[in-house]
Amino acid sequence: MSAAEKYVAAAYLVVFVGVLAWVAIIAAKLARLERDASELAELARRRAERADEREKVSV
Amino acid sequence: MGTALALVFFYAPIDADQGLSQKIFYLHVPIALTAYACFAWGAWKAFLHLWKRPPGADLESYVAIHQGVIFGALTLLTGSIWARISWGHWWAWSSNQLVTFLILFLFYSAYFMLRYSVEPGPARANMCAVYALFGVVLIPVSWLSIRIANDYIHPTVFTTNGPQMSGSMFFAFCVSCAALLTLAATMYGVELVGKRLDSRLRELRELLA
Repeated sequence: MSAAEKYVAAAYLVVFVGVLAWVAIIAAKLARLERDASELAELARRRAERADEREKVSV
Repeated sequence: MGTALALVFFYAPIDADQGLSQKIFYLHVPIALTAYACFAWGAWKAFLHLWKRPPGADLESYVAIHQGVIFGALTLLTGSIWARISWGHWWAWSSNQLVTFLILFLFYSAYFMLRYSVEPGPARANMCAVYALFGVVLIPVSWLSIRIANDYIHPTVFTTNGPQMSGSMFFAFCVSCAALLTLAATMYGVELVGKRLDSRLRELRELLA
């Protein structure tokens, strides 16, 4: 491999790694958002159940 | 991106002067132009925030500048690699184009220091918008610096006589530009959706707490 080929490969590799790192960060963020959404859905479900119980007791 | 890579390596001829290392041009220049476009878009959104105050303009400006800083870092890295093979050193302080681009990059990198040192709210949004608008002045300065200063270190490919390259090289360059702008637009869209979703979930958490 010539010096020019090595430098060209390095330049393209830098961009590829940069984009790959960005994709990995975004994937991690999306996973966190999914966890947050599930947690909030669970919280809302429990709250709705408690509200139903309270309604039954008052009736 | 695949089409752009195929055109760069199998369609565009090898430069008679620089040889294979000129292939970095098809990556380095479109990335630099994309960084300029992102900074300009961020400044435009900042301007809209200050002028018409549409909801979300501050966040859009922030995300565009974030993309600009990513592409700016890649511009500096690919430029340094190209400089090493072409000039024999990684950086040339005597090149106005390089130094003005570095100033532009550092200016917008400091934007995040400002943003995260102020409490979220209208005051932070206004301060960040004013800062983003100041930075946009550096884009034409960076672009025109080699033309004004007659810099012989950094090559000037686009002159008043048009692009100084063959038709096939120019075609490959245009496809690379389109590919990188599309990549940046996609990254901008995905990041914006993520930030908006994060903000909505935070609101929901506060309501349910």
